[in-house]
Amino acid sequence: MTFWKRFATNRGAVIGLVLLAAVIAIALLAPVIYPGGPWKMVQRPFLVPFTTDGLPLGTDTLGRNVAAGLVHGARVSLLVGLVSTVMALLIGVPLGALAGFYGGYVDEGAMRFTEFFQTIPNFALAIVLVAILQPTLGSITLAIAIVSWPPVARLVRAEVMSLKRREFVDAAHLAGLSNIRILVSEVLPNAVSPIIVMASLMVATAILLESSLSFLGLGDPNIMSWGYMIGAARTVIRSAWWLSFFPGLAILLTVLALNLIGEGLNDAFNPHLTKKGRT
Amino acid sequence: MSDPILSIDALTIDLPAGADRPHAVEDVSFDLSKGEILCVVGESGSGKSMTANALMGLLPDGVTVGRGRAVFDGTDVLPLSEVRKQALRGARIGMIFQEPMTALNPLMRIGDQIAEVFAAHKLHSKSERRARALALVKEVGLPDPEKIIRAYPFQLSGGQRQRAMIAMALALEPEILIADEPTTALDVTTQAQILRLILALREKHGMAVMFITHDFGVVAEIADRVIVMRHGRIVEAGLAQQVLETPQHSYTRALLDAIPTGRVPDLQVITAAPALEIRNLNKIYRTGGGVFRPAREVRAVNDVTLTIAKGEVLGLVGESGSGKSTLGRAVVRLVTPDSGQVLVGGVDLAALDAKALRQQRHRVQMVFQDPYASLNPRHRILRSLSDGPIAKGVPKRQAHTRARELLDIVGLGADAATRFPHEFSGGQRQRIGIARALAMDPELIIADEAVSALDVSIQAQVLALLADLRRKMGLSILFITHDLRVAAQVCDRIAVMQYGRLVEVGPVREVFHAPQQPYTRELLAAVPGAGWAVAPEAVSA
Amino acid sequence: MSLLTTIFGRLIKAVLTLLAIAVLNFFLIHAAPGDPAAVIAGEAGAADPLFIAQLRERFGLDQPLYVQLWSYVKNVLTLDLGYSFRQGMPVYDLIADRLPATLLLTLSSFVISLSLGIAFGVAAAARVGKASDSILTTIALLFYATPLYWAALMAVLVFSVQLGWLPGFGYETVGSGYSGLQRTWDILQHLILPALTLGLFFMAVYMRMTRASMLEVSQMDFVKTARAKGLSGAVIRRRHILRNALLPVVTLAGLQAGQLIGGAVLTETVFAWPGIGRLMFESLEARDYNTILGVFLVSAAMVILFNILTDIVYRLVDPRIGAKS
Repeated sequence: MTFWKRFATNRGAVIGLVLLAAVIAIALLAPVIYPGGPWKMVQRPFLVPFTTDGLPLGTDTLGRNVAAGLVHGARVSLLVGLVSTVMALLIGVPLGALAGFYGGYVDEGAMRFTEFFQTIPNFALAIVLVAILQPTLGSITLAIAIVSWPPVARLVRAEVMSLKRREFVDAAHLAGLSNIRILVSEVLPNAVSPIIVMASLMVATAILLESSLSFLGLGDPNIMSWGYMIGAARTVIRSAWWLSFFPGLAILLTVLALNLIGEGLNDAFNPHLTKKGRT
Repeated sequence: MSDPILSIDALTIDLPAGADRPHAVEDVSFDLSKGEILCVVGESGSGKSMTANALMGLLPDGVTVGRGRAVFDGTDVLPLSEVRKQALRGARIGMIFQEPMTALNPLMRIGDQIAEVFAAHKLHSKSERRARALALVKEVGLPDPEKIIRAYPFQLSGGQRQRAMIAMALALEPEILIADEPTTALDVTTQAQILRLILALREKHGMAVMFITHDFGVVAEIADRVIVMRHGRIVEAGLAQQVLETPQHSYTRALLDAIPTGRVPDLQVITAAPALEIRNLNKIYRTGGGVFRPAREVRAVNDVTLTIAKGEVLGLVGESGSGKSTLGRAVVRLVTPDSGQVLVGGVDLAALDAKALRQQRHRVQMVFQDPYASLNPRHRILRSLSDGPIAKGVPKRQAHTRARELLDIVGLGADAATRFPHEFSGGQRQRIGIARALAMDPELIIADEAVSALDVSIQAQVLALLADLRRKMGLSILFITHDLRVAAQVCDRIAVMQYGRLVEVGPVREVFHAPQQPYTRELLAAVPGAGWAVAPEAVSA
Repeated sequence: MSLLTTIFGRLIKAVLTLLAIAVLNFFLIHAAPGDPAAVIAGEAGAADPLFIAQLRERFGLDQPLYVQLWSYVKNVLTLDLGYSFRQGMPVYDLIADRLPATLLLTLSSFVISLSLGIAFGVAAAARVGKASDSILTTIALLFYATPLYWAALMAVLVFSVQLGWLPGFGYETVGSGYSGLQRTWDILQHLILPALTLGLFFMAVYMRMTRASMLEVSQMDFVKTARAKGLSGAVIRRRHILRNALLPVVTLAGLQAGQLIGGAVLTETVFAWPGIGRLMFESLEARDYNTILGVFLVSAAMVILFNILTDIVYRLVDPRIGAKS
């Protein structure tokens, strides 16, 4: 069975893929669906969902369209999730690869560094970084990347350490290839699958982190995001539950979709492990 | 030995849908008599273990008994409920497995794991269980029993763990002991000890033993009767001596022929010019160590001096931990020796810096042990074979042409070049590995356990290929192996290694027939079926 | 290595880690846009220039960077975390005042999520492939994707606002005058929702890990040995599979401790739980950087404490660790 066939037989993974495709489509089409943007006040505040035409999810405390907020909020979630994950990979993959491949003092140093970052409570560090650098899209993405790379480094290190003991790597040494070429063209390509699986799960975690920061008021003040919507509605939860409910549901579904895809990829990459339905 | 204690009748075991064949075992019938040792022999995938697992109710998920009966003491055990099977397991049928390193619970003390057998069958008081565990540990010949029962598995060697396993299997004096390749993972001297132990215990307790193995040497050593299996069917059955001496089925004959026997080759005329000179080579491994404790030192290679002549095949034999692999890897500089010289074609490989080394790498190439790990799964065969020559400066087109040529020479055909490793079997991959080594035009090839992972029939084919290439190309080979029979078949001279030192070096004939050192004698005596394999006619050949 | 030397080694490492975090803190202050003195004073506070000048002198901000670093680290080592001009109190006192509430919340959350997670994971693994396994894993998957703070808000909405079963706000009933057992009971009631919602995500993590680990271990050779001995399925699961399967879960729990403590910021914010997380949130709004960094340091110290605890547990379970290295 090919990789994609295995992936397609996994019901959860397909559901996840459909969900994610929908979220991506909504994010891309946001300016078309609600060209007025999410900030415009369109009606009186606290309109209950499903009661007013054109405002399916009601209005918020300032009379803004909740549906427009949700649609535009998808953009920042996906963007921050994706970019911060790429940045985290750019830090974690080289560090882990060098540590695992060269071992010795390189490994020792890299791992102490990684361990240090892993000891720091990552959400607290993200808060501190964003608070000090001032909340902008860039600082939020950077902060999330800085707190997310250690697991990547550990994973890549472990993979590389086990791969470098394989005999085909010995053979590459005997072929007279340089260390860096062996690492890049012989070792790392064989570590790609677990990295992809981890990356898909990291995007999910990054979306959660971004929304949590925004919830605490550490979001970019110029950009509508799901976490901000929930945070702004927190104090009126007793009177206007829908203001917190729908953005939260959007986060949940997006994160769920990514997790399902991650698991589907993992199962498809490791067919021999799937039989027992591992999580 | 007439009345069967176990009688298996027309047993068929079904594999799950999508497997490479419908049945793991098909229409298998045999009897096991009280006190006899029955060897079930076959290559991997022959279904030899499945029969035993079915009997124990330990079949893997998805594998089920299709038809047939297994009558033990008057009852068909196959359809029994799980609870009744539990009552049989351990108590009346004991079992030991291949991998002693993983077959024991790493978090439980040995004594507790033995005592657990009594607990499982609700026998004896707690103190009585402990006393019996101690007695069993003594019986299977483990040293310092008081200490052993309090030890954890990681504190024991492989052979000791297998003894502990045997103690567990024998705890309740079962009528049948099933041994599934119990010595395959062990060194040859340890293997000999375990085989002796099983024979002695059979003598004492009179249990029947169903011994599953791939090794006819082991068969010759302990079997009363033999069953030969292939593709899930029995192809031949009979008394051990009959099957070994006058095999009836062509497959059995092929298997027996494939075994590297002790037939010792005539002395080769060897040129004086050396292909490899190793001078006073040393390699020490330091493990552990830290702020609180000193490092542990292991002299993996201890002052080794050795020469291989051009066109010679030198066998380097030793048990695990003898340092033979480290020596091989030091020669190709996958391991950097602490001191000493490795001279190949006038160049001291041990002294080169990284850059110079890369340029001289082509002089020595290696054929590896594990056919499944020695080829990059993401590269086509062509790339695996031509990366080295291209790095060395051979034009790409020429390297590719040569790669196709070599694939043809090793018997795979030039078409193999565009395929990926997973499309090949283990034996085929080993041929690719040989082609890859040849592609570099090396002055010396190191074959590190190059046939150990293969089934005997495949092993024979690869050995024949090596012998053929050697004749045609005049290769010089350092042939590292733990298997003396293989060494005897392909080598001109043999070097025996123990604890990092060379114990004895000499022409095969001399080392085999007039070993000078006690360790060499011990090693030769431990070869399973030694007396049978090095038959009188072979000695005089 | 004995347990004592292990703990000793871990403590040295802990001190070094904290020192490194102090250094990091110092540079963060200097990385903040604007005058470090203003940052320390609380930037938005528009403190008067005289006051800023006093600060600059007190912290030696006109001195070379390394001198400043040294005095900062020295202060941290003597538990002087600076002064919160916003709250008019030393940061240390502020944190010491709030820490017990956070410890109560995070520890109970940790215990609840770990024990429930392991229990559900074991249950799911024992019924692998069956409907109950699918239900458990699906629920875990949902919890795993739910934002902490949203789960907390929804819990308040349902259990406090709608059903009125549990208080959804604060640490205890203000002005009730309860004492002794009555007060304990009151606090316990207030604790349930925050502890559960904080633990949901981690429960899902531990459950998935336990289930996967149980299934993996059950394929190992020694489990086959145990079956060959004639042990029953229940005994094999308990004595052979579970203990081995728990090792990676314990490791994970240690690694996740940091996230749990970070998550407390969100939970405490939603439930107005008077812990250091809530303190951090309040300081964020007030741009009280000194306090933020103090909380950050203390939360890292808490993570280290959790890690040492899981390390000790690990060593007690696995005989190989103590002997090998």
